[in-house]
Amino acid sequence: MINAVGRNIPDYLLVNGREVYQGKGYRDGQKVTKASQTTVKHEKPEADKLAATIREACEKCGARDGMTFSFHTELRDGDYVASMVAKVLVEEMGLKDLHVAATSLGTAQNIFADYMEKGIIVEAQTSGVRGRIGEVISAGKMDKPVTIRSHGGRPRAVEAGEVHIDIAFLAAASSDCCGNARGNGGKNNFGSMGFAMHDAHFADHTVIITDTLVPFPNVPCSISAIDVDAVVVVDAIGNPAKISTKEARITDNPRELMMAKNVANVIAALPYFVDGFSFQTGVGGPSLAVNRFLEEYMIEKGITMSFALGGTTSAVCALQDKGLVQKICDTQDFDTGAAAHLQANPTKHIEMDLSQYASAGNKGAFVNKLDYVVLSALEIDTKFNVNVITGSDGVLRGAPGGHPDAAAGAKCCIIVTPLTRGRMATVCKDVVTVTTPGDCVDVLVTDFGTAVNPARQDIIDCLDAAGIKHVPIEKLQEKAYDMVGEPDALEWEDKVVAVVEARDGTILDVVRQVKPFHF
Amino acid sequence: MSKVITRKKPVKNRLRRTMMFMNAQKPGLIKDAFIYGTDSIILDLEDAVAENQKDAARFSLYHALKSVDYGDTEVIVRINGLDTPHWEEDIRVVVAGGADGIRIAKCESADDVHRVEEKVLEAEKEFGVEEGRTLLMAALESPKGILNAYEICTASDRMFGVAISGGDFRKSMHVQIQRGGIEMLTARGQMLLAARAAGVQCFDTMFPNIDDMEGFKAEVIQNHQMGFDGKSIVNPRQIEFVHKTFAPTPKEIAYAEKLVRGCQAQADAGIGVYTVDGKMVDIPFFEDAKRIIALAKACGVYHGDL
Repeated sequence: MINAVGRNIPDYLLVNGREVYQGKGYRDGQKVTKASQTTVKHEKPEADKLAATIREACEKCGARDGMTFSFHTELRDGDYVASMVAKVLVEEMGLKDLHVAATSLGTAQNIFADYMEKGIIVEAQTSGVRGRIGEVISAGKMDKPVTIRSHGGRPRAVEAGEVHIDIAFLAAASSDCCGNARGNGGKNNFGSMGFAMHDAHFADHTVIITDTLVPFPNVPCSISAIDVDAVVVVDAIGNPAKISTKEARITDNPRELMMAKNVANVIAALPYFVDGFSFQTGVGGPSLAVNRFLEEYMIEKGITMSFALGGTTSAVCALQDKGLVQKICDTQDFDTGAAAHLQANPTKHIEMDLSQYASAGNKGAFVNKLDYVVLSALEIDTKFNVNVITGSDGVLRGAPGGHPDAAAGAKCCIIVTPLTRGRMATVCKDVVTVTTPGDCVDVLVTDFGTAVNPARQDIIDCLDAAGIKHVPIEKLQEKAYDMVGEPDALEWEDKVVAVVEARDGTILDVVRQVKPFHF
Repeated sequence: MSKVITRKKPVKNRLRRTMMFMNAQKPGLIKDAFIYGTDSIILDLEDAVAENQKDAARFSLYHALKSVDYGDTEVIVRINGLDTPHWEEDIRVVVAGGADGIRIAKCESADDVHRVEEKVLEAEKEFGVEEGRTLLMAALESPKGILNAYEICTASDRMFGVAISGGDFRKSMHVQIQRGGIEMLTARGQMLLAARAAGVQCFDTMFPNIDDMEGFKAEVIQNHQMGFDGKSIVNPRQIEFVHKTFAPTPKEIAYAEKLVRGCQAQADAGIGVYTVDGKMVDIPFFEDAKRIIALAKACGVYHGDL
């Protein structure tokens, strides 16, 4: 069946009430019955929940064949915990038919690729896929398609019972003996545990894995002991060099600075740029640099930001320290400066879980209060559909994260990307895979010009009034093809290797097995 | 990239607030240098290119000129000095590629301009380029060049302007760069006088320290106050401030508009002596007002109907 972004979704996927994408806000007001976990009473006082090994904790939580386990990826490429756990489950305990519910899958979890190839991990849901795992999935090595969910889509699916987590293995920078855990206060601080908090509430069992055991009570905490079954102390939860840099530095690349400046110009030209506006941006070169130019405009206009949302960097923290940002609502920290700032400013810099951040299944997600979000893209097409999951070769190598959620919620979603990357056109006729639908994307800023979604005549009028030049997006696509040529269509097998779920649970697109290329 | 680019005929008296230097040998830089909005790009075959890389740079330059659509951004090439074995071949490549103009490095006399002009004409004939199409500008880099500024400015119909080049000039004067520019004040002033007398444009030297934005801004403001038409720059980050500084202020625009409208109305009515607000207005005021309106339009800050 063809969906609202023109993608053909195979009928065999449309079972158990699953529908194709119908457009933004389609399921608004719909009733939902929340799923609940089956948990264990700890009525009698107990000395502690310490387990000597990960295996002991797994056994205590009833790890078994066919179960679903989860973990968070706030240690990014520096994460040791997910691999440690998977090794115990597979190699020590010999479990099989495992299901993975991850916030992302990257190079730190490369060992999962082996288990997927061998048919030990049989199903996965994640918001991102990078490294060898993506190659294995795209080569069709798994029987069941992987489900790609956004950061808001994941808690929605968990609450709706579409994903049931048996055991959540959650890395913490510090924990006490009962499982009150935080992302700070330890040897490997990573800051916000926003990716982990929701899992602790909804998993049947939660295991905290830390390298820093601190005296009871480790409060205020991100994960409460009321949700925790076991605590395991390991030598190191991650590699600090890969968890985060000291400070995500603002680029000095003139091209990226120019794009950032142009994004700030668009922001300042719209009626939402008033005292108390709200803002989210990513950590990529031009996105991060927007903070700097925004600062100048805020000071010039004498206004402050009510809240900054999502992944957090030192740049946003610095704005808050200058009195320009009232609250930071932080789901993950991209650098150690931001993690330390979270610890030091408990009333202004708030940790936020992914449901409160971005779920379309609750009553008050913060993305819905966003005025602006600035996001990047691997590709954007002339319908403003964005792809951030598949590369130009069709292989899974990206992560929607909160992209679709923030784009849908914000009053103005700005995509910033260079017109070409190497030999590839970023602005194209049709993206390989739709991960954020064009009805959520309002403005595109490239190094060769700016385009506004024709659905947003109000924004077009504002830019015209401010004298900001813009062109139809087709002009940018033509310029890109003029420079690097039009790519040949990719060739696919029939087999669907991944289903891209829209944030409301409908199906936005599918990714098929890549056909080996013959020269 | 099979499409061959043909550039429009260059315009002598166009807007040149910023002229950005780029190493002609670096395809990554020159392939789309126009995106930053500089008025002119100066593709450099001289100092930026190592002695044994001159051929490679010419090759890169030629293909950039033939395959990159720089649109309305002017493309000037700085050729090697007339005391080198490179400049004649440089000229052939520039003309064959169809660049808008040539910046003559270390120009010291009208004769230098004539030598270049002669080779340019030969190349235009050789490659079937419209004769007279290729414009010239001179970089004055020595006391002699400054003293001969007027004869240089008037040496050829192709000349659109002169620029002072601070690095070499300061060396020959035994001075260092100073805040406030006292060390080049006389030279800048003399060159400006010569350029205005000759009716060509005049450009200031580049500011080398990209990270010293305060020093850069002070120099740009002084350039504007002294009457320069524009400035050489070395980084896209320097463009915005120059353009902002060289744009007429709303007050200047309002007065110029009043002047132009008033004078036009009186001319239409057959009145020979113009008065605005009861004061007599000389012809140069009228001409300057028209220049300010044109500049304001080019800077994107005039939205009226003149």
